[in-house]
Amino acid sequence: MGARSLIALRPRNRELLYLLPVGILTGTGFASVYIARQSFVSWGSLGYALFFLALYVAAHVVARFAVPAADPYLLPMTGVLTAIGVTEIYRLGPDDAFKQGLWIVVGVGLFALALIGLRRDYRLLENYKYLFGIAAIGLLFLPRVPGLGTTVNGARLWVRVGPVQFQPGEFAKIFLIVFLAAYLREKRETLAQARLKDIGPLLLIWGGCMLTLVSSNDLGSALLYYGIFLSMLYVATARLSFVVVGIALFVAGGIGAYQKVPHVKERVTIWLHPWTTHTVYCPLTGTKTLRQDCQSYQLVKSLYSIANGHYGGTGLGKGTFNTTSGKPLIPYINTDFIYSALAQEIGLIGAAALLLVFMLFVARGMKVALQADDGFSKLLAAGLTFGFALQTFIIVGGVLRVIPLTGITLPFVSYGGSSVVANFVLLAGLLLVSHRANSQ
Amino acid sequence: MNRQISRLALVALILLSALIVATTYWQTWAPGSLAAKQDNEIQRVAQFQIRRGLIYASDGKTVLAANRAVKHGNQTLYFRRYPTHGFASQTVGYSTQGRSRAGIERDQNAYLTASNANLGTIFDKLTDNLKGTTVTGNNLILNLRPGVQKIAETALQGKCGAAVMLNPKTGAVYVMASSPSYDPNKINSNKGYASILRSPSACPGSTSALLNRATQGLYPPGSTFKTVTAAAALDSGKFKEDSPFYDPGYCVEYGKRVSNAGNPEAPETFGHVDFLQAYEHSINAVFCNIGMRLGARAVIDEAKDFGFYSEPPIELPSSSVEPSGEYRFENGGLRLFDDAGQMDPGRLAFGQDKLLVTPLQMALVAAGVANGGTIMEPHLVKKVTAPGGSKTVAKTKPKVWKHAMKPATAATLNKMMQAVITGGTATGVQIPGINWAGKTGTAETSENGVYDAWFIFFAPADHPKVAGAVVVEHSVGGFGGAVAAPIAKQLVQAILPATSK
Repeated sequence: MGARSLIALRPRNRELLYLLPVGILTGTGFASVYIARQSFVSWGSLGYALFFLALYVAAHVVARFAVPAADPYLLPMTGVLTAIGVTEIYRLGPDDAFKQGLWIVVGVGLFALALIGLRRDYRLLENYKYLFGIAAIGLLFLPRVPGLGTTVNGARLWVRVGPVQFQPGEFAKIFLIVFLAAYLREKRETLAQARLKDIGPLLLIWGGCMLTLVSSNDLGSALLYYGIFLSMLYVATARLSFVVVGIALFVAGGIGAYQKVPHVKERVTIWLHPWTTHTVYCPLTGTKTLRQDCQSYQLVKSLYSIANGHYGGTGLGKGTFNTTSGKPLIPYINTDFIYSALAQEIGLIGAAALLLVFMLFVARGMKVALQADDGFSKLLAAGLTFGFALQTFIIVGGVLRVIPLTGITLPFVSYGGSSVVANFVLLAGLLLVSHRANSQ
Repeated sequence: MNRQISRLALVALILLSALIVATTYWQTWAPGSLAAKQDNEIQRVAQFQIRRGLIYASDGKTVLAANRAVKHGNQTLYFRRYPTHGFASQTVGYSTQGRSRAGIERDQNAYLTASNANLGTIFDKLTDNLKGTTVTGNNLILNLRPGVQKIAETALQGKCGAAVMLNPKTGAVYVMASSPSYDPNKINSNKGYASILRSPSACPGSTSALLNRATQGLYPPGSTFKTVTAAAALDSGKFKEDSPFYDPGYCVEYGKRVSNAGNPEAPETFGHVDFLQAYEHSINAVFCNIGMRLGARAVIDEAKDFGFYSEPPIELPSSSVEPSGEYRFENGGLRLFDDAGQMDPGRLAFGQDKLLVTPLQMALVAAGVANGGTIMEPHLVKKVTAPGGSKTVAKTKPKVWKHAMKPATAATLNKMMQAVITGGTATGVQIPGINWAGKTGTAETSENGVYDAWFIFFAPADHPKVAGAVVVEHSVGGFGGAVAAPIAKQLVQAILPATSK
């Protein structure tokens, strides 16, 4: 222990300081929901905030021990995102918020395990790259195993083991990034020459992923994985031509899928023309209705919800999510459409601030990638960060009608155990890379 | 690799900034047009988060429209309930989940939801919003007299028709009844709505109970229109109260005979009469000749001075107030037309031709005579009070709408209308101790022997306190004096002791 380690400890003190506003934010958020619900502030709201603060302080203590030199902003930003998510989930349904709280505890636990287990050298993961590749595919196939998989919202993405239900795809994403980082680090020079022999295994694993995804109707994840793949390939080989060819292939594949796969065609039609003035065929009921009352129902209702927020929002707890007869206006509001709920209640000011937190997280993550000094670490950090950014873009962009809507979760904010836990693992990965880079 | 990572970071940040741009679009540019979308239920729910103001009858006690609070999770919605189950239903209207709004509920929505531009209301609403309490609308107190309105509705029960009674000096509407009526509490259920829409049996083929017959029912006025023709004749200076006429039982127009009422082969014939007697006995032949002498233009211009060809400025949505005048079928619907060359002046003069009028307009004709030739704006709303009822937000002041005729003409017509009750077509409705005035009307309909029976009136004749009109549709063989006038008599008897206090 000398002067050097004192400097190295400084980021953790900053981290602890930044966690304070997170606690205040959580407390205020829960308090406003309480007021809107019952017209009084209960100590319960303070309890929630204190619980979260304690949880994050615990995560901080683990980080202080395992990765003292790591980036001090990432953990508090995660705190902000989960706090906003859990507040809104609580507002939409207190029971779900309790479960989400449990999942955050599990997430923090896994985060702590990953940090402690890999604190000496996470790069040993490189040695098991093919295991990660195969595991990724295995995880993606899991929902298709009879007796294990269940279908939710038209897509077969879930696995049920006893009382626990989870989406293996969320973990497959991280495994795939680990595999790609290790594989691309090893083969980057030869890959840059674009010889068929070296690209083989890569295309094989990639193709497997794509096939699984398209066949299980999960277009959002397919887009996400493809984006992660292209971005990491570009970082590894520095060849823009790969990206150009990759995008060209994707567009060609997209047009093909549009013509052949009815599900894809429907998504695109909804995106381009959500409102019709004359009735069109509705496959859900088999009758003719306006499209906004049928296929584009979710999208249109979500846009109405966002629009109702205006600049300042209706205020937490004061948004409208039910019809006059008490039925929910938007299905899957706390998973796919959590952003439209938030945008209504916190308005443009709040929604823009939320997106800025996502941007800051991405900026810090990319900085970690820049600071890392070995290929595997750089690729790992860049892949994890870009995956995080792209996932945010796909779901929020879909909800905002920037791109066709496909259902995936908003990292750290959406309701969903697998998503939260997987993203905590992602955070652990970034902190490990950051600590190593900063302690060199 | 760092160059690639920097570029990748840039791409990621551009993607995420695009989301901020898109959010800005949906939350600043788009809300206006999205709020107007039919299927935007958030807008509909927002209306029900406001506790609408109450609507009271003129006594300030009888509640015509109240609220019912329903809690869904953490949002409380307020739905309308109508405790009287159908008091002046078409006039008060409704405000429901499924079928939006009608009547005063629609026209006065701004006051009822506290979204009017009154400074005090804006301040109250702002503090409600800041405190997070429910926004409460202003209350309305109407001019409708609960007792008299009830009498009108009972008298019209089982019939199709309407009754309007107002104060000729202030325009305050005391009675506005339309039959058949409905229970507005049933509007929201599909079954209830279908039953309301069903065509009433008292007047087959006619429109449903939702129609406010008082303001949008269009009827041929029959002889009640002779009041307007007489005003035109007197105003022109060409005729006087004692101008002599000879009635052979018919008049000749376009080379053909137009007969008086009764059997066309042997119509009733009065011989030598003066103008007052011609009005008193409602002699078509005389009015036919007057019409031909004055010309259709002069009669229509006089009618416009009475407010025909414009919507009376009453507190109802424009879609449920129709102007009166000559109508013809054009482009698949009834349209007003004003081309005197296309009219038949003789038949126009005694209220047939293509004239269609609303009971409200005919009540205003009587009110014009009663008020010395000046017609006041008709008003349903007496005043608007702040929630709690202590503070008055707005009060309706009497306002002149039309100068219908010269005061001398009105005085002469007053005498003529008294004669109708003392010795003319409505001698059956004399009221002991009250000298009143009126004019009967029996309008031919497309069906032979089926009439729309009319009576327009004001009382007392010397210091008029009320004026009105009653119409009963589809009276088989019934004349105005026998069918409509007795209802008017009931209304006058019910209200006069109250107003003379």
